[in-house]
Amino acid sequence: MNELIFFFNYVVVAGSVTGSIYAIGAIGVTLIYSILRFAHFAHADMMTLGAFIALLLTMAFPHAGDVVGLPTAIVMLPLSMALTSLAAVGIDRVCYQPLRAQGVRPIVMVIASLGVALMLQGAIRLFAGTGAQSLYVEARKAIFRIELPGVARPIVVTEPQLILFVLTVVAVVGLQLFLTRTRMGKAMRAMSDNPDLARACGINTRVIITLTWLIAGSLAAMAGTLLSLDVAFKPDLSFFLLLPIFAAAIVGGVGNPWGAIAGGFLVGFAETLAVFNWAVLLRPLQAMLPAWLELPNNLALVGTEYKIVVPFFILIAVLVWRPTGLFKGKVI
Amino acid sequence: MTPIIDVCNIRKSFGGLTVIDDCSVRIAEGSITGMIGPNGAGKSTLFNIIAGSLAPDSGEVLLDGEPITSLPAHLRFHKGLLRTFQIAHEFSHLTALENLMMVPPAQEGERLFSNWLRPGRVRREEAEVRRRAQEVLDFIGLTRVRNEPAGNLSGGQKKLLELGRTMMTEARVVLLDEIAAGVNRTLLGDLIGNIERLNREMGYTFLVIEHDMDMIARLCDPVIVLAEGRVMLEGPIEEVQSHPEVIEAYFGAQSA
Repeated sequence: MNELIFFFNYVVVAGSVTGSIYAIGAIGVTLIYSILRFAHFAHADMMTLGAFIALLLTMAFPHAGDVVGLPTAIVMLPLSMALTSLAAVGIDRVCYQPLRAQGVRPIVMVIASLGVALMLQGAIRLFAGTGAQSLYVEARKAIFRIELPGVARPIVVTEPQLILFVLTVVAVVGLQLFLTRTRMGKAMRAMSDNPDLARACGINTRVIITLTWLIAGSLAAMAGTLLSLDVAFKPDLSFFLLLPIFAAAIVGGVGNPWGAIAGGFLVGFAETLAVFNWAVLLRPLQAMLPAWLELPNNLALVGTEYKIVVPFFILIAVLVWRPTGLFKGKVI
Repeated sequence: MTPIIDVCNIRKSFGGLTVIDDCSVRIAEGSITGMIGPNGAGKSTLFNIIAGSLAPDSGEVLLDGEPITSLPAHLRFHKGLLRTFQIAHEFSHLTALENLMMVPPAQEGERLFSNWLRPGRVRREEAEVRRRAQEVLDFIGLTRVRNEPAGNLSGGQKKLLELGRTMMTEARVVLLDEIAAGVNRTLLGDLIGNIERLNREMGYTFLVIEHDMDMIARLCDPVIVLAEGRVMLEGPIEEVQSHPEVIEAYFGAQSA
């Protein structure tokens, strides 16, 4: 039983955390791709920006959360999401809009977004320093240990993880309702389907683009803040998530939000399953195994330091077997 | 009488190639004006400039005497200047009915906040739009396929849907870009009938670019002939068809 709890803590919980973060990031990447038709490489750094804003706000009002009994960073999350989405719109106006007006090819936009990524990272480093900082300023992270009867090892979930699960579900359901039920959401889907026709139908495509950045920016801030609340804030925190997030978006079928969610969880669970030490689960069965078979201490598929190869492996496999992604992409 | 569309001294070049060269065109309100010309005469370019998909290098476009040269396409739409596409465009994932429901201008739901502030009003408007879309489908004879994803419609049905889009709003001028291309004879009759009815009953003005001379002859008066980026001739179809220069420019020099 202890071993199953261990499996639950290190695979189910950890996989859901990583999967949620990847999924929220991949939704943003996929929305931007479906509306603006380019791969937005600065997306991970927008996540960091959101976390950075949340950190600043938390440092400014360290006790704001005590009133409602939540971590201060969570109370500041709506504000950080709003500010990050405005920053995303601002970045679009300054960096991408002039290029769009020139009608440049998508690769130029991709390179521009790489520039934005470096710029954001540099700016954050300038103000936040290069070290790690906890988003729990003058407070401690709540850790829930759920004891099951007759088992020594408890299920361990942290407060930010629980909040992450809840907010991921809220964001996904909200986005789905928005895209399918509101006219603005439908106009967004229409533009991803056929921008020329959308304009000829009187849809203001600039408003749709602004809306896309607002949604993508606020989702990025949410993922970044919750991630650094659970781990710690670092200027390069989410930059290293860029590759798995893109893998998730592509695996799910670029342009398909549901695919992005599925891809996010697929990549997240694949990572945790790959680094999980399977010897732990097999050890209780030692008695049943033939005597000559000795279990090694570590039976993980790959070492933790090679975790990053897992998304690539999935990505290549999907591109070979289903080049359009698991779900057909391109149009929301 | 002021023309509803007044194109004044438009110039447009791509790189070193001048496509529209000091071209002026006037379209009378309530007319079905045809525009013909050999390939490369600049028809599509001029059309895109009027529709707002391309900006001219110089010159002005007036709608009802009001300059609209720098107005983006979606705002021209709200002024009643609509276009269809040479290659039928449709939201392929939406049904025929939903395609039409995308159209109406200034919908409450498209303003960002009214979705949440005034849901009742949005719902009433949506019901009204659905009723209107249903009427339009009846008018153009596509009721049978209303719940079919538009991507599955035939080429001719897509063209009918393009025409249907223009009926979802208070259109004044409709620009038809080779709407007959690739449409079979039966559906073509429907299309022409629908265009004439819209012109007669709802007062739509049409500008029709067309290669099909039959269709031009049945539908349009007057006809404008473009050649090398300027207007070569304008008049009733009989006059245009018998003009020696048109025959040469349009059908090529007859070597016989």
